Amino acid sequence: MSSTHEHKEPMIRISKRTGISKPKAWGIRAIALVLALIVAGLVIFAIVKLSPLKVYATMFKGALGSPRRVWATIRDTMMMLCIAIGLAPAFKMRFWNIGAEGQVLVGGIATAFCMINFPTLPAPVLFLVMILASIIAGGIWGLIPGIFKAKWNTNETLFTLMMNYVAIQLTSYSVAKWESPPGSNSVGVINQNTNIGWFPSILGNDYVLNVIIVMALAVGMYIYLKYSKQGYEISVVGSSENTARYAGINVKKVYIRTMALSGAICGIAGFLTVSGASHTISTATAGGRGFTAIIVAWLAKFNTFVMILISFLLIFLEKGAVEIASQYNLNEYASSIITGIILFFILGSEFFINYKVNFRHGRH
Amino acid sequence: MTQIISLFQAAIVFGTVILFGATGEILTEKSGNLNLGVPGIMYLGGIAGLVSAFFYEANTANPSAIVAVLLATLCAFLASALGGLIYSFLTISLRANQNVTGLTLTIFGGGVANFFGGSLNKLAGGVGQISVAVTSGGFRTKLPGLSHLGTVGELFFSYGFMVYLAIVIAIVTQYFLTKSRSGLNLRAVGENPGTADAAGINVTRNKYLATCIGAGISGLGGLYYVMDYTKGTWANDGGIEGLGWLAVALVIFATWKSVNAIWGSYLFGLLSWMYFYVPGLTRSSQEIFKMLPYLVTIAVLIIISLRNRKENQPPASLGLAYFREER
Repeated sequence: MSSTHEHKEPMIRISKRTGISKPKAWGIRAIALVLALIVAGLVIFAIVKLSPLKVYATMFKGALGSPRRVWATIRDTMMMLCIAIGLAPAFKMRFWNIGAEGQVLVGGIATAFCMINFPTLPAPVLFLVMILASIIAGGIWGLIPGIFKAKWNTNETLFTLMMNYVAIQLTSYSVAKWESPPGSNSVGVINQNTNIGWFPSILGNDYVLNVIIVMALAVGMYIYLKYSKQGYEISVVGSSENTARYAGINVKKVYIRTMALSGAICGIAGFLTVSGASHTISTATAGGRGFTAIIVAWLAKFNTFVMILISFLLIFLEKGAVEIASQYNLNEYASSIITGIILFFILGSEFFINYKVNFRHGRH
Repeated sequence: MTQIISLFQAAIVFGTVILFGATGEILTEKSGNLNLGVPGIMYLGGIAGLVSAFFYEANTANPSAIVAVLLATLCAFLASALGGLIYSFLTISLRANQNVTGLTLTIFGGGVANFFGGSLNKLAGGVGQISVAVTSGGFRTKLPGLSHLGTVGELFFSYGFMVYLAIVIAIVTQYFLTKSRSGLNLRAVGENPGTADAAGINVTRNKYLATCIGAGISGLGGLYYVMDYTKGTWANDGGIEGLGWLAVALVIFATWKSVNAIWGSYLFGLLSWMYFYVPGLTRSSQEIFKMLPYLVTIAVLIIISLRNRKENQPPASLGLAYFREER
């Protein structure tokens, strides 16, 4: 009798975890990172037959080997962090803003426009104008898909994605308009001799102001999301639109307001790049960071302080790979491969944090 | 007249690249997977085809065009399907977020392709020095006889076989999705995996197969780009990436019907190349002209959402992971 009713238990059974302690969750992530570095090391070894340890040591040198390199790493980390901070409120609302790349670019265009056209303004006024222009430009770029999502539920992932390419063409247009010298198809360094509209160096360093601005944004966004009424509304809309509506939250208003904010901060990232780092504008100004920052914001679970860590990790890899490339005569796309492998592992590790895998036990 | 013909020819060649990409992505999205890794997958397909052709030609005394073409196509399909497998494992088995996984796949695929492409350039002695003449020639062989039919021949029969293959695959995909039992099952999975599961359809298997085969088809777009569009060379200029995103746009434009994607892709090609043939454009206004395909896509996206017609909507569960015990 008992044998006929026997069910075959599956080999692996998956159940949702009810809760996991923080150290354990971070332990799982750390294991994933180590595994990723091992796999990436094996890939490196298979391709170039170099000891992975030596390669990682070279990477470390490339990213943090000298004060100048440390500052370059910090500068790019801040840029990535700024975009991720901008994306955080949108993602927390479950609004897939894939359009950071474009929002950064239009912010950069606005900044470059001010640098080129208003060189006679006194410096504080010029900075105010530049930052406002970049906020407005980025804000509008975020606002448009936000409005359509709010009013007609237009798919935001695809809308923001397309807006990137409109922005890229707008950048090409601006470059063709402002090119100097004519025929070079590049804007060149803007105000190279006068340094008008460039970030002043503080304590003898050019990028201190970048750090101050982005850190202020990081703290501000953390407080905004965690402790403000608007932040609370964002998280309610994110977890369930219907609940939000039932609770009397004006969902449309939250969508529109949050997307304007998200775009505006990405616009500031464009301002930081043009005025505070490269002093030029090109279609490479955003350089794919708008896409990478999406991953940063998502992995950090919208916590702006965790974002610092992840941004740093990714920029470290990028800088390190450039060094490997020049040292071993490879090309720098190795960094994208390593970044991809590490992100795959971290993404995969989230599963083991959220779910428990039960193997079939031997019968009694 | 010759201007118009050459515009159409440019549009069809351009369109074919994104038609492969879009057809594969339609198959994938019908299973409920929004794979934003299309550019990366097309990169993988392009580089796998190029590398296999390069080594075949370098190591064979008398390379045969047919073998070379078959080998490159097979390698491109397998490499892209492998990219799809990584995506499938992470999003279906490990339930990772689809958007983030797709974007990572784009970074990874672009990295792999440009790394090996750059190395191959170096190996061959510089940019533009990669010689896969036999393979590329095989891909660009026109239909014998038909291409001499004057204007008609030039317009319709002056392309390599992949232009026609893309059309055939798009039609077959449409037929499969709307007319076959397994296509119906697949669409059920994309609309409502819970219901499909209850009806006894294997959700996981359907999603895996659709995503991997879809990725393989998308990857052929990268192969066509490398072998025909750039005539068997490699440049680290991000060309494939831009086309990959355009393929994603085309999926929306075609409202998830691969037959619509055929004429849609040629229209995108026309819009993208138009600036070259409109007289009196300055270099800066050309750039504004190049916005057209994206603006048109945005317009279509808005119109779809405004009209809210049932048959034009994306699959209902697009972008969501399925976990049986979470209902």
